[in-house]
Amino acid sequence: MMMAEELRIGVFVCDCGTNIAGFLDVPEVCEYAKTLPDVVYVKENMYTCSNAGIQEIMDAIPKYRLNRVVVASCTPRTHEPLFRKACEDAGLNKFLFEFVNIRDQCSWVHQKEREKATEKAKDLVRMGVARARLLEPLEEIEIPVEKSSLIIGGGVAGMTAALSLAEQGFEVHLVERECTLGGLLNGINELYPSDRDAGALLDEMREKIEGEKRVHVYLESEVDHVDGYIGNFSVKLKGKSRDELKVGTIIVATGAQPYEPMYMYNYDEYENVITQYELERMLKEKKTGNWQKIVFIQCVGGRGERVRYCSRICCMNSIKNARLLRKLLPDAEIYIIHRGMQTYGTVYEEYVRKAREEGVRFVRVKDGIPTASSLEKRNGKLAVGFYHPGLRRKLEIDADLVVLATPLIQREDAKRISQLLKVPLGQDGFFFEAHVKLRPVDFATDGIFMAGSCRAPADINECMMQAMAAASRAAIPMAKGYVKTEPYTPTIDEERCMGCGVCVEVCPYGAMHLVEKNGRRVAENIPAACKGCGACGSSCVHRAISMGHFRDEQIMAQIDEVVT
Amino acid sequence: MKNVVVIGGGVAGIQASLDLAERGIHVYLVEKEPSIGGRMALLDKTMSTNDCSICILAPKMNDCFSHPNIEVLEYSEVVGLTGEAGDFTVKVRRKAKYVDASKCTGCGDCMEKCPTEIPNEYNSNLNKRKAIYLPFPQAVPRKATIDEEYCLKLTKNRCGLCQKICKAEAIDYTQKDTMVELSAAAIIVAVGLSVYDPRDLHEYGYGKYENVRTWMEYERLINAAGPTHGHLKCAPDGRRPKKIAFIQCVGSRDVKRCRWCSSVCCMVSIKSAMLANEHYNDLESYIFYSDLRVFSKRFYEYSKRGEKDYRITYIHARPGEIAEDKRTKNLTLYYENEDEGKVDALEVEMVVLATPILPAEDTVRIAETLGLEVDDDGFLKTVDYLQYPVETSKPGVYVAGCCERPKDITESVIQASAAAAKAAVLAEG
Repeated sequence: MMMAEELRIGVFVCDCGTNIAGFLDVPEVCEYAKTLPDVVYVKENMYTCSNAGIQEIMDAIPKYRLNRVVVASCTPRTHEPLFRKACEDAGLNKFLFEFVNIRDQCSWVHQKEREKATEKAKDLVRMGVARARLLEPLEEIEIPVEKSSLIIGGGVAGMTAALSLAEQGFEVHLVERECTLGGLLNGINELYPSDRDAGALLDEMREKIEGEKRVHVYLESEVDHVDGYIGNFSVKLKGKSRDELKVGTIIVATGAQPYEPMYMYNYDEYENVITQYELERMLKEKKTGNWQKIVFIQCVGGRGERVRYCSRICCMNSIKNARLLRKLLPDAEIYIIHRGMQTYGTVYEEYVRKAREEGVRFVRVKDGIPTASSLEKRNGKLAVGFYHPGLRRKLEIDADLVVLATPLIQREDAKRISQLLKVPLGQDGFFFEAHVKLRPVDFATDGIFMAGSCRAPADINECMMQAMAAASRAAIPMAKGYVKTEPYTPTIDEERCMGCGVCVEVCPYGAMHLVEKNGRRVAENIPAACKGCGACGSSCVHRAISMGHFRDEQIMAQIDEVVT
Repeated sequence: MKNVVVIGGGVAGIQASLDLAERGIHVYLVEKEPSIGGRMALLDKTMSTNDCSICILAPKMNDCFSHPNIEVLEYSEVVGLTGEAGDFTVKVRRKAKYVDASKCTGCGDCMEKCPTEIPNEYNSNLNKRKAIYLPFPQAVPRKATIDEEYCLKLTKNRCGLCQKICKAEAIDYTQKDTMVELSAAAIIVAVGLSVYDPRDLHEYGYGKYENVRTWMEYERLINAAGPTHGHLKCAPDGRRPKKIAFIQCVGSRDVKRCRWCSSVCCMVSIKSAMLANEHYNDLESYIFYSDLRVFSKRFYEYSKRGEKDYRITYIHARPGEIAEDKRTKNLTLYYENEDEGKVDALEVEMVVLATPILPAEDTVRIAETLGLEVDDDGFLKTVDYLQYPVETSKPGVYVAGCCERPKDITESVIQASAAAAKAAVLAEG
């Protein structure tokens, strides 16, 4: 607690041109502010945020020996940092500043009620001053960050992220549970849209990894245990390697697996009904048959069948293999039965056009029902039946080979990774990002990122892009060497804490945990992981948790001013 | 530690700048408009979560502008480049704003008094703005700019009202363009997109039928800060529509116009239809599509939700023609429903055309200035589509966002971070 000192509060009320002064009586608000206890200085500014306004704050602090500053103006969203800095520059701890929003939440919303708006502004200023009285000087906490990263999964995303981080100067620990790097790419023949050999790309990448002394590869190993928080994760491996690692950041790149279409289209019974991935292998091993009619069926198990989502990459995969088969078997008829080809962008649209020109036949059926309606063995052929919407009748193709394009689904062990790192999975089973648009490769938990098909099905180009993005995001705290946390973190009254663990459960950032202290279980906060959201504080029934800068007394004082 | 120059202050440029600045690299962010924010600042909501676009972007714009490691050069253009990767010199023209940015507080008094009204390009020219203006209310920096083409003082030496009214004494009619040279280890190009003008598709009557709109016009019409304050209004009497048709691929996937698929339009139309229904819950939408492209994370589910909860009907057809009723201004679409195998007609009050994303108008100029290759479609070319997704044909120059190929916000942000990872190596190296 701070020493008892004489409180000297300065209040600055902004006109915001006409934005505030046009809709409420600012001089009246100022006069009112002068009557509030401990307020020793009040100033109306045309624009508190202008250079002149800022200077007035900076001059008033020493002149009137202000030890609390209240600005009543626009919104803290854009202007709090500016006013805090003015306080700091004038020698006042920036947490002794209080923002009162009388524009966005007052003048703008009550533009036709001048008197009421003025009264509300007075209420808001009184509340702000009440809170300001109880503010305490606080310091931001700096926590050092280990300059190394753990990457879970050695597929194309994991390898790309590893190479990018190494290029940026960081140590990388790349953990892969199989005996070789490459993930799903190991089973792929060629890559669209350049029709480049997947094996050649893999060899090139493996070679780069081997030549990169900053990348440490752990094959046939898995992450067993993770502890800690951004900057200071302790990791234990299991399997072939049992190393213990210290890392500052973690990238999850565990990939996905193809859905196996059991009991669909007699896949488990008929030999010539295969999945896309089985076809890849046949093409890779050059074990294709002399098929005369080949049918690709899209969305087998996807788009509302076994999984609800669209798997994004299967359309392009089918086109790629259809084109390859077209070259190998120039006389064969090749059909792709689909529910709307997902060949987005410039390059993929061109790719599908080429396939059409080369004679691959596209048959579009309705979405929302199974792509093909029947598949039976008849006279040694596979009769694929489907409803043609344009012709309004069922058609059949007698095929020699049926290729089922099945979706990528989350790996079985994703749940374990999710629990290990305390990061969420979405409804579709894939890892859940902090914000779908603006933080697409971040987890909400600081210091943990994701890339590739563990996030959602993605092709090679997309995996690489995401991996580089994740590497960029992970590099930020490592390049800085520290993370700074705002001192809004909770303080725990260990006498009151019953160790019930509710705060641990409600914390979305994994920043609360239970520890043994003096023979009792009590909650403890990890400042580096904490966002100061207050979920723990508000859910503690024993009132053992007090949030920095948002202590109960501070909030209650504000509420008291308006309800009494 | 060296600098990085980021060209283009849309969401991709902002993301790249923030990633670099956060790790301690100094960034010059060059934006041709008076405000950063780019296309995303003009969208109403973002698809798949229906978040308010400007509400989620504005904090990033502010972070960017106030970041100690980022210097924003708004209303500026890159006009020259010398040097090579690791040691570039970028020449930038800072256009005169005729307003002293250090004095202007963005209060808006001058804009109220300015007598000159011109079409507001930030509202798809659907209303007017003044010759002294902020592009949009959340503009960053919040500083006025005088349009020298239209200002009476600058063109005819008359008026001068803004100078008289400005209490901050920020107006300076004598300001001149200035040239600055920026040193940079690497450059990230994120100059964004433009949108196809569908006037040449006469069958849809855009420009002739008042109730035929483009998707970008619709974004502004449905936006609370737009010209109609978010109310959809139809000619001739301003009534609100009960049925809207969205036509996909208008000018795109068309070998005579734009060959490519713009990736985002199917989702944009679904979102737009949802928003219309949120505004008026009896409103029905019809989306005429060729292939409904809903391939990204949670997109397919979103399209299904539109059908189930927002009165959207998807029709597999490319309408052949739209006819306007001269009296009611209602529009009738004629089409062959490919899912039903029959010719049909539908009368609606409003039609929204999903026109394709094109490279930004000055992509060619930027490419020539920097010495970059463009692809057959006019987008900036990467060295290898598969393996080098952010590397342009010139070492040390990276690319992000829609100037490389059409993509959504998520993918622009991802590519921007990826470009930052490459640029950082040169800046820190």
